[in-house]
Amino acid sequence: MRLTCPHCGDRDLREFTYKGDALALSRPDPAADSKIWDDYLHNRDNPAGVTRELWYHAPCGGWMVAERDTTNHVTTRTLTLAEARS
Amino acid sequence: MRVAGKGLIDRNTPVRFTFDGQPVDAFAGDTVASALLANDTRLMGRSFKYHRPRGVVTAGSDEPNALISVGGGTEAQPNTRATCQEVYPGLIARSQNRWPSLKYDAMAVNDLVSPFLAAGFYYKTFMWPRTFWEGLYEPIIRRAAGLGALSGAPDPDRSEKAYAHCDLLVIGAGPAGLIAALAAAEAGADVILATEETRVGGRLLSETESVGGVAGSDWADQMAAKLSAFPNLRIMTRTTVTGVYDTGTFGALERVAQHVTPGGDAPPTCFWRIVAKQAVLAAGALERSMAFPMNDRPGVMSAAAARTYLNRYGVSAGQKVAVFANNDDAHRTAADLAAAGVKVAALIDTREDATSEGDWPFYPGAEVIETQGRRGLEGVTIRKPGGKILRIGAEVLAVSGGWNPAVHLTCHMNGRPVWREDIAAFVPAEGAVPGLIPCGAANGVFTTAGCLTDGVRAAREALEALGRTAKPVDIPEADETAYALTPKWAVEAPGRAWLDLQNDVTTKDIGLAAKENFRSVEHMKRYTTQGMATDQGKGSNVTALALLADATGRTIPETGTTTFRPPYVPVAISSMGAGHSHKGFAPERFTTSHAASVKAGAPMIEAGLWYRPSYFPEPGETTWREACDREVGMVRTAVGVSDVSTLGKIDIQGPDAAAFLDFVYTGTFSTLKEGRVRYGLMLREDGHVMDDGTTARLGLEHYLMTTTTAAAGPVMAHLEFVAQGLRPDLNVRLTSVTEQWAQFTVAGPKARDVLNTLLDEDVTDEVMPFMSCRTVTVSGVPGRLYRISFSGERGYELAVPARFGTSLWRLLVAQAESFGGGPYGMEALNVLRIEKGFITHAEIHGRVTAFDIGMQGMMSSKKDFIGKAAAARPGLIDPERERLVGLKPKDPTQELTAGGFLFNAGADPVRVNAQGYTTSVCWSPTLDSALGLGFVKRGPERWGEEMRFVDHLRGKDFAVEVTDTVAFDETGGRMRG
Repeated sequence: MRLTCPHCGDRDLREFTYKGDALALSRPDPAADSKIWDDYLHNRDNPAGVTRELWYHAPCGGWMVAERDTTNHVTTRTLTLAEARS
Repeated sequence: MRVAGKGLIDRNTPVRFTFDGQPVDAFAGDTVASALLANDTRLMGRSFKYHRPRGVVTAGSDEPNALISVGGGTEAQPNTRATCQEVYPGLIARSQNRWPSLKYDAMAVNDLVSPFLAAGFYYKTFMWPRTFWEGLYEPIIRRAAGLGALSGAPDPDRSEKAYAHCDLLVIGAGPAGLIAALAAAEAGADVILATEETRVGGRLLSETESVGGVAGSDWADQMAAKLSAFPNLRIMTRTTVTGVYDTGTFGALERVAQHVTPGGDAPPTCFWRIVAKQAVLAAGALERSMAFPMNDRPGVMSAAAARTYLNRYGVSAGQKVAVFANNDDAHRTAADLAAAGVKVAALIDTREDATSEGDWPFYPGAEVIETQGRRGLEGVTIRKPGGKILRIGAEVLAVSGGWNPAVHLTCHMNGRPVWREDIAAFVPAEGAVPGLIPCGAANGVFTTAGCLTDGVRAAREALEALGRTAKPVDIPEADETAYALTPKWAVEAPGRAWLDLQNDVTTKDIGLAAKENFRSVEHMKRYTTQGMATDQGKGSNVTALALLADATGRTIPETGTTTFRPPYVPVAISSMGAGHSHKGFAPERFTTSHAASVKAGAPMIEAGLWYRPSYFPEPGETTWREACDREVGMVRTAVGVSDVSTLGKIDIQGPDAAAFLDFVYTGTFSTLKEGRVRYGLMLREDGHVMDDGTTARLGLEHYLMTTTTAAAGPVMAHLEFVAQGLRPDLNVRLTSVTEQWAQFTVAGPKARDVLNTLLDEDVTDEVMPFMSCRTVTVSGVPGRLYRISFSGERGYELAVPARFGTSLWRLLVAQAESFGGGPYGMEALNVLRIEKGFITHAEIHGRVTAFDIGMQGMMSSKKDFIGKAAAARPGLIDPERERLVGLKPKDPTQELTAGGFLFNAGADPVRVNAQGYTTSVCWSPTLDSALGLGFVKRGPERWGEEMRFVDHLRGKDFAVEVTDTVAFDETGGRMRG
């Protein structure tokens, strides 16, 4: 399997590390109540369909969001974190 | 026997090899199977379960019976298919799964009790008593039911791995694959043409038909020459594409040197990862058999294989051949053999309306209902329409039940093949694998002319997807004879009829599975082991599921297929994992002082991928403890030097570097003055400790962070995530400089004196107070000096660019020795830090909080930081939590062990009573006592309390006192000095 690093282009899967749902980018306000923090830290959906997930490309140090469909394993696009936020 | 004037073998190059110790004469171009048949050896193996004598059935990688061991010693290759193993001078081949010999196999007694050994026998019989399974039943069954054996010695790991990229991968080099490759190469695409065979041509090498007016094999040779001229095309022979993976990635096994006499430099195999933008599957089709009683005798083989042996290898498996089929295609076998002068004893066709014009006895509408011959076929009994029985003498029975397209690769990504009634076979589902286009026989096209046309069609589709324009291709004239068959899966007659030859699955087993309600094809497979042998049922699965469909009253499409998974052919672990054992699995990282430490006799221990010296033995020291105690004393009383380059070093720069550090550390770093160093604690967002280390402010916008050795990589990834994902508002850049700097600790009362002999400037306590840093020069080399301590003594860390590390280490050791000191290793380093209560990842093991290690005061209340919100949760600041303490045995000579448990004095040492555990232990020569660190419920409140220490595994049980974590120099006066 290959993934497209937004900086380096197509690269072998083994250069990447998976880091979970892109929800991790939406860090709550420090003063938010514990329910919100609990959701942010621990609760994740497991959809049959498109997921947005975080991958780290160690050779360049770049993080990205990959949009992957869990039903057919197709990664439709990958974004830098700056692109993912906008 | 050899057949004169036939075959593509080189009769001018004789090759001699041995089979079970007996010399066998062959020719270059032979396989072990063709050479054995040429020498009238039909018995080549024993079956897995009943140890029945078996002969070769196919001429390719789908062979279930003729498995042999090749070579000897650690490089022996068991379970090699004799049909794929090319002969070479000196080849040593041995049969398998027999004792004492292939002819007389003692375990063949299993066959006599076969009525008791039907499917499910083991499951039903060896259930009781349960404890007997592992110790008694399983070892005995395994010994009886066996394949070849490995040497038991470590693998020499000589195979290799490689990577390739291309626009188009063409899998298979028959007519469809060859013409597809040509079309793509002519359009300028970068093409790889992979074939499992030793040469291109595919089925053309096995047939007598002509293509473009010349013999099929000659046309293939012409194509090979034409394709070789393209710089953008690469032909990979002896290369089996074994698996299809996401995004156009293919696994392929190349047999690089398994066909030549061992001893050369070439690796036996090479495992390829091929990344292709498009792929064409032209893998052909595999002939299937029919089930009829005693269809497993040596001499019963595939009709197509009989043609391969004749036309490609110049061999007939016997003098008299009978052919048994349900289709026209097998009639070619009779025709080719007769034309070559081999006696065709009978052509038996299950179709009553079949016709045949050849000069041989023809029996339309007849069936084979029995065979004769123990270790080799002697004759067959047939039943003609109307029930008349006839016996025919034959040494070979060439059987064809039709063809199954090789759809396997299209199923590797969950694709399900679809049933085509007209050819009674499964074909690839449309779009089963994105970018993989099936064509030719693999796509259910069974004429040569059709394959050529379909190959061009597939190439055009691929080129269009690649954005290239196809040029017109001349399609040569070829055979257009239609393929006609009437499905016939099994002959109705008494007696055992085999399906899966390797696993000894019979038609009765399928019926039994259906009767016992294992109706799902996946259940039937597991219950009967149909298709679970090394050939994965290539020749028998479709037949088995047709019989299951029949037994359960369903159609074949309703019944479905089992799942084909990679690899398509067996791949040795040593091939798939080539380069990933030993140092390839765990590369070694060496510090600049490595060679000097090894030379000094220091045993090196692993720290992640790094190697660090354990201790530096002196003459007369017989144990590590003696050296360690001496080194600790040396640091406490004089000076010691140690290499700390393995710690992670991250250079942090930018206008917002200070704000960034405030966010990732619990403490505040924006207030740190330039030229000063501060200890930092880093949490995960869930409130637990991630790592710790010191960070120095080298300039207004320039910091250098150190991490622990183990966490260097993860911390770097974490910081990048924070910078890119959580705080893009901060202008900061991060660079790992771990390998750029060699860094050495100089610690002890005389540390400053040692430095002053080496540095170009004078180090005084005024310019270098505790927790300060500055740039220095060492004999003209610019370096950095940090005054920090992990030993509790006056300590410095001196860093120079890595290329000067070796020299600086040598100087430091020499100077330290002149002050009564020397180098110290990891053991002493560990003792020194335990005496001081300094933590490592033994303590911050992922489940502890800042509160647990007594550092709650380091969590700033004035700012937000990673982990702050979660760390404040009640459960993470509960006083009942296990918290860090020091431990001292009541009897100081009783040595603690890490991982032992702590109980209240007098309490039963059982799980529910556990109050905590030990994490780090040592013998302290400084305090002349055993010491430890550990976690105890309400730890800091219990200083002075006596507890019971128990290590159940190592048999320890004694009283300890809970103490402050700092056992030596509580005020820190020595390091601040």
